[in-house]
Amino acid sequence: MNPETKTLKRDVKLILDESDSYGVEYALQLVESAGGGTVTLVSMAPNNETSGLRTALAMGAESAMLISDDALVGSDALSTAKVLAAAIGRNTPDLVMAATESSDGYTGTVPEQIAALLDLPSVTFAKEITMADGAMTVKRQTEAGYDVVECPLPAVVSVTAGVVEPRYPSFKGIMAAKNKPVEELDCAALGIEPTAVGWAGGGQEIVDIVEAPAREAGEKIEDEGDAHERIVGFLDELKVL
Amino acid sequence: MTLSKIWVYGEEANGTASANTLELITKARELAPVVEVVVGGDGTALAASVGEHGATMVHATGDLAGGMQGVHLGAALAQAVAAGTGPDMFLLPTTYDGRDVAARLSVKLDATVITNVVDLAVDGDRVVGVEPVFGGTLDVKTAATGDKPPIVLVRPKSFTAEPSGGAPAMVMPLATADVGASGAAKTIDKFVEESDGPKLDEAAIVVSGGRGLGDADNFGLVESLAKLLKGAPGASRAIVDAGWVPYSYQVGQTGKVVKPSVYVAVGISGATQHLVGMKGSKTIIAVNKDPEAPIFGVADLGVVGDALKVVPKLIEALEARG
Repeated sequence: MNPETKTLKRDVKLILDESDSYGVEYALQLVESAGGGTVTLVSMAPNNETSGLRTALAMGAESAMLISDDALVGSDALSTAKVLAAAIGRNTPDLVMAATESSDGYTGTVPEQIAALLDLPSVTFAKEITMADGAMTVKRQTEAGYDVVECPLPAVVSVTAGVVEPRYPSFKGIMAAKNKPVEELDCAALGIEPTAVGWAGGGQEIVDIVEAPAREAGEKIEDEGDAHERIVGFLDELKVL
Repeated sequence: MTLSKIWVYGEEANGTASANTLELITKARELAPVVEVVVGGDGTALAASVGEHGATMVHATGDLAGGMQGVHLGAALAQAVAAGTGPDMFLLPTTYDGRDVAARLSVKLDATVITNVVDLAVDGDRVVGVEPVFGGTLDVKTAATGDKPPIVLVRPKSFTAEPSGGAPAMVMPLATADVGASGAAKTIDKFVEESDGPKLDEAAIVVSGGRGLGDADNFGLVESLAKLLKGAPGASRAIVDAGWVPYSYQVGQTGKVVKPSVYVAVGISGATQHLVGMKGSKTIIAVNKDPEAPIFGVADLGVVGDALKVVPKLIEALEARG
């Protein structure tokens, strides 16, 4: 993190967020089982960074849209959703798929905000999706188990990690990805006012970044075949046995 | 800014208000003189417990006929704000539905959501939330700006629920809004995944397993140990992603936040994303092969060793004690 700008350092090689690999994989599987269709990637990243998108293209996506603009630095989840929704709205997809949350900001709000901006129905935290007759049936994670939700298309769905096994790009896929189209867009191309996004449009201000109180490490032992006895003794001291 | 009224998004669990709901009401009492609850649904089941914790009113939409909380509540709450009957701040728990409601509401109000908040204060004229990042090593303090009521998503167990001895809250209707085609998703069935032990986020003892178990079949060791300790089994993201156990087992930033008296981490290295979910535990015991594993930095008792050797012997010793 850069302490002066209060933003993450993103001037490094960026990769496909592991969470996103599940969304990409699930989208590819849905297209395969439907017997036709394409997967288009939409991403917002700084410095026209395409390496994450190339990974997803190598997995099997057809094409990508990448939105990069200096005005987007400092964007909150809502601004991010506005940018992505504007790009998605240039097409008319049957289904918008997303991970539940990123590994850095982890707000978990962007997919639902995209749905609201596009005025679409949505199902978040999906663990299983089946398609039939222009509608999807989703097993949606709940605190107690899961709900079965029916939702007509077009719609937005976010998938939880681990529900499918993301494929490794094949050599052929990696080669093919080099020639797949990546459309690069900026705010102007999407009709977004630069003042409506980034730090200017955020509606929030980072007032401080402080070290969190650290937890002290305690006793550390090496197992010589009897470490379980120390654990039992420790549990005894804690009076939980 | 002085806050005069806070609305807490209330959820039902086991026929009463969820623990998350009561935690938020308790905190809200400190920040504003009037605390009320908003519910997507009937709301009567929550009235007694939220009242006892200091909320005076439950604004309930009534039956949503399977409609999703996010789209319906988001529209209803935005409508209340537009009508001038809304609050000065919205507090919602970081739950599946809580995040949906916050997200839909943020678009309707064109206001940001302050997310993953673990502490909250009114500082001068603004609301400041504290959000842990990088595995909880840094705290980011974020203030809401602008003239919209702040929308704040709070992580579970950030505050302790304390009754104030209030009377049952009055249940009042909350006007719904026409959501058109965006409301087309409907819940048609609900399944509860039964487990015989205590729930992961409520258990006094949690035993979690990670990649160090080597193989999905070895998760049985974690389950056996949890059972012997009358605790709940949990998991790292790595083995949830690998499909060994369901997502509902996951402890961490993207899973459940747990604060048991004793947390036992078996074969878990302690990635930052895991530490966020468990480092509030009272006592932490860790078993891991790698002496450099970050989990040892937070463990009160760290055992450098192979989980597959240590845990079976531990189970045997505990069984021998009966």
